[in-house]
Amino acid sequence: MSGSIQDTFFEECEELLEATDEGLTAIEGGDHDPEVVNAIFRAVHSIKGGAGAFGLDDLVAFAHRFETVFDEVRSNRLDLDEKLIQLLLRSSDQLSALVEVARDGGEIDEAHNDTLLAALDEYIPEEEEDLTFEPMGLGGPAPMMDLGDLGGAPAEPQEETYRIRFQPLKEMYGTGNEPFFLFQALKDLGELTVTMDENELPGFDAMDMAEAYLAWDLVLVTKETRSKVEAVFEFVEGLCELSINGDGDAEAEANALAALDAMFAAPPAADAAAAPEGEAPAAPFEPPVPAPEPEAKPAAAEEKASAPKAESGKQEQRGGPKPTLRVELERVDRLINAVGELIINHSMLAQQIANLNVSDTRDVETELEGFKNLARDIQEGVMAIRAQPVKPLFQRMARIVREASAATGKTCKLVTEGENTEVDKTVIERLSDPLTHILRNAVDHGVEKPEDREAAGKSKVGEIRLSASHRSGSVCIEIKDDGAGVNRPRVKQIAIEKGLIPENAELTDGEIDNLLFAPGFSTAKEISNLSGRGVGMDVVKNAVTGLGGRINISSAPGKGSTFTIILPLTLAVMDGMVVSVADQTMVVPITSIVETMRGSDDMINSLGADGTLLSIRGNFVPICDVAGALGLYRESDQQAGVYLLVETETGQRCALAVDDIHDQRQVVIKSLDGVCGEIPGVAAATILGDGKIAMILDPESIIAASPTAAAFDTERRMSNAS
Amino acid sequence: MKTKVLAIDDSRTIRNLLAATLEEAGFEYHCAVDGREGVDMYPDVDPDVVITDINMPNLDGFGVIEELRGTGINSKVPILVLTTESAPELKARARGAGATGWITKPFDDASLIFALKRVTGAAA
Amino acid sequence: MQAEAKQTDQEVRHAEHSEFVSFTVAGQAFCLKITQIREIRRWSPVTILPHAPADVLGVMNLRGAVIPIYDLSARFGLQQTEASERNVVIVVSVHGKPVGLLAESVSEIISINPDDIQDTPPVDSRNTMEYIQGIISHDDTMVRIINLDAVISAPEQVMP
Repeated sequence: MSGSIQDTFFEECEELLEATDEGLTAIEGGDHDPEVVNAIFRAVHSIKGGAGAFGLDDLVAFAHRFETVFDEVRSNRLDLDEKLIQLLLRSSDQLSALVEVARDGGEIDEAHNDTLLAALDEYIPEEEEDLTFEPMGLGGPAPMMDLGDLGGAPAEPQEETYRIRFQPLKEMYGTGNEPFFLFQALKDLGELTVTMDENELPGFDAMDMAEAYLAWDLVLVTKETRSKVEAVFEFVEGLCELSINGDGDAEAEANALAALDAMFAAPPAADAAAAPEGEAPAAPFEPPVPAPEPEAKPAAAEEKASAPKAESGKQEQRGGPKPTLRVELERVDRLINAVGELIINHSMLAQQIANLNVSDTRDVETELEGFKNLARDIQEGVMAIRAQPVKPLFQRMARIVREASAATGKTCKLVTEGENTEVDKTVIERLSDPLTHILRNAVDHGVEKPEDREAAGKSKVGEIRLSASHRSGSVCIEIKDDGAGVNRPRVKQIAIEKGLIPENAELTDGEIDNLLFAPGFSTAKEISNLSGRGVGMDVVKNAVTGLGGRINISSAPGKGSTFTIILPLTLAVMDGMVVSVADQTMVVPITSIVETMRGSDDMINSLGADGTLLSIRGNFVPICDVAGALGLYRESDQQAGVYLLVETETGQRCALAVDDIHDQRQVVIKSLDGVCGEIPGVAAATILGDGKIAMILDPESIIAASPTAAAFDTERRMSNAS
Repeated sequence: MKTKVLAIDDSRTIRNLLAATLEEAGFEYHCAVDGREGVDMYPDVDPDVVITDINMPNLDGFGVIEELRGTGINSKVPILVLTTESAPELKARARGAGATGWITKPFDDASLIFALKRVTGAAA
Repeated sequence: MQAEAKQTDQEVRHAEHSEFVSFTVAGQAFCLKITQIREIRRWSPVTILPHAPADVLGVMNLRGAVIPIYDLSARFGLQQTEASERNVVIVVSVHGKPVGLLAESVSEIISINPDDIQDTPPVDSRNTMEYIQGIISHDDTMVRIINLDAVISAPEQVMP
């Protein structure tokens, strides 16, 4: 049980950290709105509260210090200057790090933590500085029990008789405290006799309902400590006249009370206990608000009441948070699957109606068209549920850039655009690692050292622009730095050293830039421990292609590099070209197809023993027979006569030879994970209108699996080189 | 009849902790995610006791107490304040607004139940 | 019907008996516990998985789910089945996922008393020993009880 509550806590922490980051970013951008500051305060405060519940002391201690500084800010005792904002940003990063350590284990960077704590302390005024967070605060019953043991020896609990005089002041009733319930709590401690003293009760006519007249004399026989007895009256402290006299009040107990006295900031009930009967203790609290009628409220209370209202009014002005519903992801996915089925079902129906051979199907077709539109509407709606703005992802990236800048001694600023662009949740999750890597790379290798930048006539501060936008059914993520650009001679040299290209290869600038994505290309020698971490850009590329996307780099020497990631809007549906290959129906993703054409014999040119090239308007591209690449054999004498011109990430073009093309349609992607292992050339499967399963092809891996096309690629490089 | 608790806290973690402890102890548990929702829910839930956080969006804990005390019918319901602060000023302010008592976060099951007992008499 | 009557008889005597579905694969009788079987379907052509081993026939659409179909005969090292409309696909659940098994035909439901199950006598094939959990004599024929978890291991890597 508590395990799952702790999971919730960490989940919530993520949201709270995001809110903190968001607020700090707004503050950094010059928005010093008190509500922004308040929201951050609340977020940090909630992290502290939850962390305390799970005994995460490091987190509590840090959050407390952080929160205290924010409290100073929101009470206008601190100015949000640049220095403080930077400290708060770093503290927010540290808070995330501490949450991570608490959740996943690992080491806290103690030195860094201490530095930040010390820096935060400087903003905390003296009297609050040593107010370290007490897990069990003053007033809680637990420490009182401990205190009870303080003075005396931890002796065998002895039965003790307490005579308690309890006379509520009228203020007590305004707080909702009921004497009866207190007595019940006392009764739990031992044997209790209650006598009501109604001597002060006036005649009925003279009675003022708001006045308190009753008093009680109680005798409690208990083995519990005095502090436990006193704890029962904790809430009414100062709202009543109370005396507790133990029969065997010993010196030890007096000591304990003295300790209690010292603990309480204001004279507490202990005073009342020590005082002779009848002497009312000075009420340590400001007078309570007794009157139930609003108009009877004192002015002070009126003010207090109006303050939060003003706050909530403001919330409304801003539109307030939209009501949301938390749903298990699995339920949404089930719905998405069902909608996918619905769409398939529609095409099956359409096909069957067409097969019926009925002369007039116009009416049915109209209805069917309606069915299709509705299905699409539902599909879009369901997809929208999974869609999330990239904002939290971008916020995390801001942190990455800060960390990377600090580690490399460079100054970089991340500018984000299109934060509200919505992308499928899974895509967002799986983009985190590639983006982190690209950004670290940009700081580490892209942006120059401040002195070099100055020498090049640039601003000392490097700028990395991270943007997201929707582009004709796809999502485009761009990472653009204003650094030195790709060092092409160096990249080429490394590629040669690693045997990725022949020594005399002649490559275009674009081809050199794309070498960064080549497997095995990792500029290990140069890579610092920052962007290193054992992964190269090929891993980034695999992650992106794994999402059905593409990544490109363009670079201008001295001006910087731009990485462009194009992703499908959703992972569940894609546009595909339905083709047939060796009597099987298959689907090729539209995004990878440049052009389709029917070939004639005069377009095909042999090259060597088994290489064939297709000539397209004077250009020759290698032909890759899909059936061959997939290890399928044609039973009929159908020839591969249709070509799909595709372009790979490295800019290589290839003509995929298939038997026939049928139509272009939206297909629901069915993962083959767990159905079979990875199949070279196949990305996933889908279900067609006739209920049959069709493989969705992955052109890139088909080309890789095709000996002809792959061989040609190397050949071309060699021939270019000669 | 189970004792009905209305808990108002913007932290999901705290709400879950309260729910776990209170349901285990045989209380009927209701919750609201901020002060405004808490006050709005109050008439429907008609709880025997309210537990409220202080720092919340929309309407803070003080606001909750004042609004509940402000409407005559709710003037007697016990209201416990959840607070991480142990500072006496805060308790004084809560009491000034009409809070019945307080629970210091983090709370253990025993102190939570003990606090509830003192204001509702509920056996747990 | 006869099987049912028999079953009632046995129910009286052996409370702990369980029901099995028997079927033929390459002329041999096999059986699976009825609780392991989700459904039995008539064979219809499947979609070929490129580069798949001989005992993986392909994938089939089972109400929107893509499920792999294995040729039990090939799996057992017997000859490959020429699948036709007379054959059946037994859909079972292994490791929480539905999987289809091609068999020649389904015979009947038999009730088996666990005490009557004999251990597989040692034979010279490790596969057989692993795949067959035990044997039982039913109507004078030997019925092999399939160890499903061993026959269908976790999804395997298909080699190119």
